[in-house]
Amino acid sequence: MAMDEKLTQKVTIKSKADQKSKFKNFLKKCKQQHALLIMTVPFIIWLFIFKYLPIWGWTMAFQDYKPALSFSEQEWVGFKHFLFLFHDNHFLMVLRNTLAMSLINLVLGFVTAIGLAVFLNELRNLAFKRVVQTISYMPHFLSWVVAASLVSFTLSFDGIINEILVTFNLVKEEVLWLGIGEYFWGIIGAAETWKNVGWNAIIYLAAISMIDQEQYEAAKIDGASRVQRIWHITIPGMKSVIIVLLIMNIGYILESGFEPQYLLGNPLNVAYSENIDIFVLKYGISMFNFSLATAAGMFKTVVSFIFLIAANNISKRMGEGGLY
Amino acid sequence: MKKNNGIFIKRTREDVIFDSINYTFMVLLCIIMLYPFINQLAISLNEANDSIRGGIYLWPREFTWHNYEHVFSEASVIQGLIVSVSRTVIGTGISLLATAMVAYAIAQKDFIFKRSFTIIFVMTMYFNGGLIPTYLLIRDLNMIGTFWVYIIPGLIGVFNLIVMRSFIEGLPTSIFESARIDGAGDFMMFFKIVLPLSLPVLATVALFVAVFQWNQWFDVFLYNSSNPSLTTLQYELMKILQSSNAAGGSQDVTSNLANSQNQNANTVTPLSLRATMTIVASVPIIMVYPFLQKYFVKGMTLGAVK
Repeated sequence: MAMDEKLTQKVTIKSKADQKSKFKNFLKKCKQQHALLIMTVPFIIWLFIFKYLPIWGWTMAFQDYKPALSFSEQEWVGFKHFLFLFHDNHFLMVLRNTLAMSLINLVLGFVTAIGLAVFLNELRNLAFKRVVQTISYMPHFLSWVVAASLVSFTLSFDGIINEILVTFNLVKEEVLWLGIGEYFWGIIGAAETWKNVGWNAIIYLAAISMIDQEQYEAAKIDGASRVQRIWHITIPGMKSVIIVLLIMNIGYILESGFEPQYLLGNPLNVAYSENIDIFVLKYGISMFNFSLATAAGMFKTVVSFIFLIAANNISKRMGEGGLY
Repeated sequence: MKKNNGIFIKRTREDVIFDSINYTFMVLLCIIMLYPFINQLAISLNEANDSIRGGIYLWPREFTWHNYEHVFSEASVIQGLIVSVSRTVIGTGISLLATAMVAYAIAQKDFIFKRSFTIIFVMTMYFNGGLIPTYLLIRDLNMIGTFWVYIIPGLIGVFNLIVMRSFIEGLPTSIFESARIDGAGDFMMFFKIVLPLSLPVLATVALFVAVFQWNQWFDVFLYNSSNPSLTTLQYELMKILQSSNAAGGSQDVTSNLANSQNQNANTVTPLSLRATMTIVASVPIIMVYPFLQKYFVKGMTLGAVK
């Protein structure tokens, strides 16, 4: 027994010494890399203040937060605000709008960007290809304010869309597109696509350029048609990029965007245009109900994170590899 | 042009059909991308009262600079222009330096915090406190009503950081080693070797940050809406857009009609005002981005590979 005790004592002493030398080593390295530390530590402090400290603000979601009181004086109310949200028809509508618009954006975003990349890749005139690409990036660089202004002008009563539709007798009279709620999700989907399709295609074009050209030549010799070559070589060649981007985007499932909905929303389409971000802004900044707004915002972030992890795990289980 | 040599010269009937559909589609795409913008440009250069009659597409009917003269005589627009340019220049400069320094450090293989610092930065891409806690923090830091609220909170973008780190990691290590043997410290290495070699990625990130800064309106709206000396061009345009959007776009028609009743040659209608502001708020970026195309395409690819 005594021997045993002595032995364990020795071991702990030894590991303590080990730890000490490890710590010393660490300090020595810190000293060695002091320049790298000077370069990073101020920004790590910045990161904590501006990105991590606000997470502490989530405590507000479990309080009846009153700005005048100190933290210890706040009244804790548990999940009251979350329960309120899920019994509130307004919030459920907002949640529906958020999910609908983000799903539309997700599907449209993927399909159109992949499609554009495939067809750009089939262009043989390289100068023409470059011109098309440059033009297709343009809307991405415009602000949403400018883009929303262009969209609302195009869709206005005497805008070009109405003019074309009336000229070709596709509608009897001009349609007030932004005044009819049912059209709003489609308009947002189209606006997002217009703005970002060229930009999103960049990454798929890069993936296509990695595909071995010999595959195309072999397929051609085997008599594969152009469409068959696209379907059996180009699209499978983008598979890994598509999966990684899909996982990343599923992490943004409740991020349907804020700016386009806010800028194109109006009293006539509010039942379809209001999403979680606008709800948070309305309750938090305009009505000073910080607790409820924070609960809604927190719900969004937590659900997104769960979706991200789930998508990553599913992808790993399917043998496709994940983000991490 | 790999596909065009050897056996690929002969075009099948399928090729002809495919190509004609594809080229038509691409031309159509370009029209859809460009038309709304060109249309606004034409309206902004057209006499305001004449524009109300409609029928302006690609070219002004009664050419005039008057709309621009009117816009640039507004104090709020001039102030907005000054603030927009300042935040773009200052914000891009500071952000570029900060991003590059952190990127350099976390690109060093033997840096003790390489992994942990990278992780805590990347985490913030998916996890953040959200609007209200951030707003309260900014308020508690007394940053509301200051210019710095435009610069400091968004100092380092994680995506930009990853792009830069990937680029620096891709630089040949032999350069670093020989500089180390010559006794160069990290600061010397960073300023004298890494920055000059990183010009392509610096151009990319500079473009991303500059576009972000120039296009921001939400932080103005949130923190400085009661402070006209800190307004920006985008925020001024946003206010015009909101007032014309208030009734689902139909107000455009009515307010224009109201304006056309007093046929004063000096009036600028809401329609023309909006078109002109749209052009003023977007032209600087449209003039710059095509020249940086080869850089940002590479940058996007670098960032996505992680």
